[in-house]
Amino acid sequence: MTLLEQFQLWLATIWPEWAAYITPAIVGIVVVLAFVLLTVIVFIWYERRLLGRFQIRLGPNRLGPEGIFQPIATALKVLLKEDIVPAKGDKLVHWLAPVVVFVPILLIFAVVPFDKGAIFSDLNVGIVYVVAISSVSAVGIYMAGWASNNKYALIAALRTIAQMVSYELPVVLSIIGVVLMVGSLSMSQIVESQNIPFIILQPLGFVIFFLGTVAEMNRCPFDLLEADSEIVAGYHIEYSGMKFAMFYLGEYGHALAYSCIIATLFLGGWQGPLLPPIIWFLIKIVAVFSVIVWMRSTLPRLRVDQLMAFAWKCLLPMAVINLFIVAAEALWLPEALPWIMVVVNFAFASILTLLWSRLFALGGGRVEV
Amino acid sequence: MSIKTEPFILNMGPQHPSTHGVFRMRVTLDGEVVVDVEPVIGYLHRGIEKLAEGRTYTQNIPFTDRLDYLASMTNNFAYVLAVEKLAGIGVPERAEYLRIIMAEMMRISSHLMAVGFFLNDLGAMMTPVLYMWREREKLLDLFEMVCGQRLTYNYMRIGGVSHDIPEEFLPALKRFVAEMPKFIDEYDQLLAENEIVLTRTKGVGVLPEDLAINTAASGPVLRASGVKWDIRRADPYSIYDRFDFDIPVGSVGDCYDRYWVRIQEMRQSVRILEQAVAQLPEGEVCAKVFQLLRPPVGEVYGHIEAPKGELGFYLVSDNSIAPYRFHIRPPTLINLTALKEMVIGWKVADLVITFGSIDVCLGEIDR
Repeated sequence: MTLLEQFQLWLATIWPEWAAYITPAIVGIVVVLAFVLLTVIVFIWYERRLLGRFQIRLGPNRLGPEGIFQPIATALKVLLKEDIVPAKGDKLVHWLAPVVVFVPILLIFAVVPFDKGAIFSDLNVGIVYVVAISSVSAVGIYMAGWASNNKYALIAALRTIAQMVSYELPVVLSIIGVVLMVGSLSMSQIVESQNIPFIILQPLGFVIFFLGTVAEMNRCPFDLLEADSEIVAGYHIEYSGMKFAMFYLGEYGHALAYSCIIATLFLGGWQGPLLPPIIWFLIKIVAVFSVIVWMRSTLPRLRVDQLMAFAWKCLLPMAVINLFIVAAEALWLPEALPWIMVVVNFAFASILTLLWSRLFALGGGRVEV
Repeated sequence: MSIKTEPFILNMGPQHPSTHGVFRMRVTLDGEVVVDVEPVIGYLHRGIEKLAEGRTYTQNIPFTDRLDYLASMTNNFAYVLAVEKLAGIGVPERAEYLRIIMAEMMRISSHLMAVGFFLNDLGAMMTPVLYMWREREKLLDLFEMVCGQRLTYNYMRIGGVSHDIPEEFLPALKRFVAEMPKFIDEYDQLLAENEIVLTRTKGVGVLPEDLAINTAASGPVLRASGVKWDIRRADPYSIYDRFDFDIPVGSVGDCYDRYWVRIQEMRQSVRILEQAVAQLPEGEVCAKVFQLLRPPVGEVYGHIEAPKGELGFYLVSDNSIAPYRFHIRPPTLINLTALKEMVIGWKVADLVITFGSIDVCLGEIDR
């Protein structure tokens, strides 16, 4: 039973039923939103500082201790900017797109278990809900690209659809590997069943899921949607002011959401010795986010056909093979012997990765025109 | 049912993050594939060639700084060499060595920027650029020691250089020369073995050898296509015949080769710097030259191996104090002529990196 449900039961003893039903929901929404928005702001600051370190510079350090208020100053600056809508753009869609991008990201946090019982709604189909909701952002990005009436934005919009559709498959297949072991789709069940984090039990699944999600949140090396050296800023090229801020927040919110999902699915969520669970959870999401920033600061971008080839030729077959291995192990290996599984899976992961890196060339070459 | 598609025209630039200035490409795209490219130049035109006809030979030196502003010192060098050839002026030994030192430092500095921004075009979010800037910063400090400037140096004079180097310069240069090969190895290790860099650049934007020669390409772009042509060896000027260095040559002529050639050239420049510092003689740094120089009637074409290619100055004198004709052969403008052949059939992203691998400087293209 989640904390909110307990709160609701307790309220029902003193308040009328309808109030006891609504109040915990509002409290939950406010708490989760406050947590998410604050963490996103801290993440923006953290990424800038960390990126600064990677790039042998300091990063913002003037405003407040260690520059912690810099994101707030940025937010204020962005708020004061003029809101520009392209004259021949689709005004309604242009206005709606940032909302469609941002809201699904907030909705993901409804099923993130921050602690034992500290989950807004412990859906029994939690992970399916995450996959479904997070795909909606792609529609928003497509809307933004389409409504801007800009060719760069249009290229970005078409890249979005291709990228999202391609990377959804390996991501879902690697999630099924986790679900097979847990035997439940509920997020808190997934955390509770991880006495050994799934990153050790299913290294290949973790790598596929991680790369797939990095592609879905448009981070380097898969940041083709806003490839600033090619299509300038991609889908949000025609956005300014608060609408742009929504995209910006959405980008970091997406990163935070997927850090949470990765921590939950593969790193054991809030489980951990000594420290309180919520601290463990925060440590894990910061660790995942740091790796994402690390990749961003070091890797160049893939080309669009190479990106597609990577999804369909590398990640998807490997995800299918991984699924078969995990299914076989879930069927035949007794639960008392997880360490055999660890060894077998690490061996499979390294063999498959080596094989694929040798056998497959990414992308096509020159097209005859 | 078939969907009707048609190519569309995309204006890349003049304001675009990876056109390295105010270059504009009118690109016809079929989806992501480049069908046609039409470069549009002239957004940075300042009429330097005409302006130079109204100024004395010495006054024209600062103009050359503003051509390829990432390699100002070599521009100075090319111009004063042409004037000296025209007027028949000898240069003191020490000045020759100082010029070589400056030119090779400038080559390293320019190639650092080229490689850094090439990787930025590949999408490596500023990090390689900032690492390259770390080394370039040391070079700029050295230039600042010599002439007080960090971008437009105006250091060379007709008959030598403007003044001698300060005494702290040589120790600092020696330290740089000792450190630099290690840093080049580091960059090479970080970048040349990166899978993404390899898949993105190998075989992309190929400039075949015959096309490179026919379009009069020069510099790293030509050498990456496999032509061993370096004016420092082919038509030695100044005192380059005294130094021992190799000419790195690519094999395919793709973006990776152009990148690789630049990295290797930096190593060779360090070698030249080592030798030049060791041999640097004492003495005068500038010959006695009239302020209002009146070269004899005639014309001259002086060319040097600038970091980006063959930089030439064509001067015509009518025995007055100003050149009658002042023409520049900018290497990057001529290297760019093959851009269309290199990128057609590739994707937009390849267009950007191919353009980046040519290493252009708009100050020079538009003049």
